[in-house]
Amino acid sequence: MSTIPTTQTSGPDNVANPELDTSSDASVDVSDVLEESQVMEVLQKLDQELVGLKSIKTRIREIAALLLVDRMRRSLGLTARPPSLHMSFTGPPGTGKTTVAMRMATILHRLSYVRKGHLVAVTRDDLVGQYIGHTAPKTKEVLKRAMGGVLFIDEAYYLYRQENERDYGQEAIEILLQVMENQRDDLVVILAGYKDRMETFFQSNPGISSRIAHHLDFPDYALDELLVIAQLMLAEQMYRFSPEALQVFEAYLKRRMHMPRFANARSVRNALDRARLRQANRLVAKGGRISKTDLMTIEAEDILASRVFSEEMLDEEQRSDTEEATSVCGDPNVGTK
Amino acid sequence: MAFHLTQGTFSFLPPLTDDEIRKQVQYCLDNDWPINVEFTDDPHPRNSYWEMWGLPMFDVKDPAAIMYEINECRRAYPNHYIRVGAYDRSKGRQTIALSFIVNRPPHDPGFGLLRQEAHDRVIRYTVHSYATDKPKGERFTD
Repeated sequence: MSTIPTTQTSGPDNVANPELDTSSDASVDVSDVLEESQVMEVLQKLDQELVGLKSIKTRIREIAALLLVDRMRRSLGLTARPPSLHMSFTGPPGTGKTTVAMRMATILHRLSYVRKGHLVAVTRDDLVGQYIGHTAPKTKEVLKRAMGGVLFIDEAYYLYRQENERDYGQEAIEILLQVMENQRDDLVVILAGYKDRMETFFQSNPGISSRIAHHLDFPDYALDELLVIAQLMLAEQMYRFSPEALQVFEAYLKRRMHMPRFANARSVRNALDRARLRQANRLVAKGGRISKTDLMTIEAEDILASRVFSEEMLDEEQRSDTEEATSVCGDPNVGTK
Repeated sequence: MAFHLTQGTFSFLPPLTDDEIRKQVQYCLDNDWPINVEFTDDPHPRNSYWEMWGLPMFDVKDPAAIMYEINECRRAYPNHYIRVGAYDRSKGRQTIALSFIVNRPPHDPGFGLLRQEAHDRVIRYTVHSYATDKPKGERFTD
């Protein structure tokens, strides 16, 4: 690999400079660089294991392409300033922000952008101290641990508590800002939180907003995406839905989605865990010899026992999905007191 | 010739540059040896307990953070000897695997030989650092 020393201070498109030899026939094959970095398999895994999140996947591919091109440039002796890769993930709970952040660390490591590729996940408490002089060492310790990898700050807006003047969050923010700007090639910072609160946070801290190159929004999952996620989760644990169970689960989700505190993929996971619990109960009560298929299958009754079907919903008279649930499970008392 | 303290690894070489220190630190981290930064202004060869600059960095896996700590120590004590130690915890070893000086005071007056007359005509010898003639904190200040 040859390194061309650049001594000129003029602009990047200085074609007259003999050192910037654009007429040379040096070239590099994209497939070579791809193979070398093995980034394709990481991207493919991302596609397979994460459902939906189309805009996120597109952005990740773009970042991967940029970093590959940087590699190619470096191999031909062209210098490239490392791009700023700090990101902000906004979205409701359970939409995959932490999961994608972890994948991001691996992807960036495969592209040799971060040195170690480990993820340090913190919240406000890990950065802000309780008394004067406590914050700076605390934040610096966390930053030192995260160097060479990715720092993931969850619920980042809690760092800045406007109503309390004795809050030391501002100090932590300032240390973060400095490191995000001056040590870009040592650390990648990913902030995460709800969209509206992050908006307020960025408005009150324009410094942070300007240092973040990629603002990514994680939308709520659609019903069909949640179903696929449920089936992926079950398959991972070597379970599967019976055909009736799948239908009932769809009805369950339709109801659950409108109930309060719905956390997308996390609620799905909790529901599946409860279904497994009921399946276990059912099988033990059944007794006798139980086949492997029985052990693997979640039946409709395991889901129907959920209180989502029996709990009174305030405005259920206006909801048509009660009728649908009734028609699926056949119990005329579902949805009524 | 100015006095050059030859304690620790690499001490017979010219002082290491920051890049070289970084590479050594990376080597230690690759071998899973946590790194520690210590400083002192008493350069006597039998002074093995230098003062610690913070706790050993057990959970730091990247040289950037360690270089930051070394530079912070240099900023706080520019006229002290600062060394970096790496501890090997593998069974059968459990000792400092690598220890080298990363910062030296600009001028070290060196050592003198002290003679103590004991019984009969026996003389006991020891080395004495001229720097320690001054009280702690005021050494190497030129």
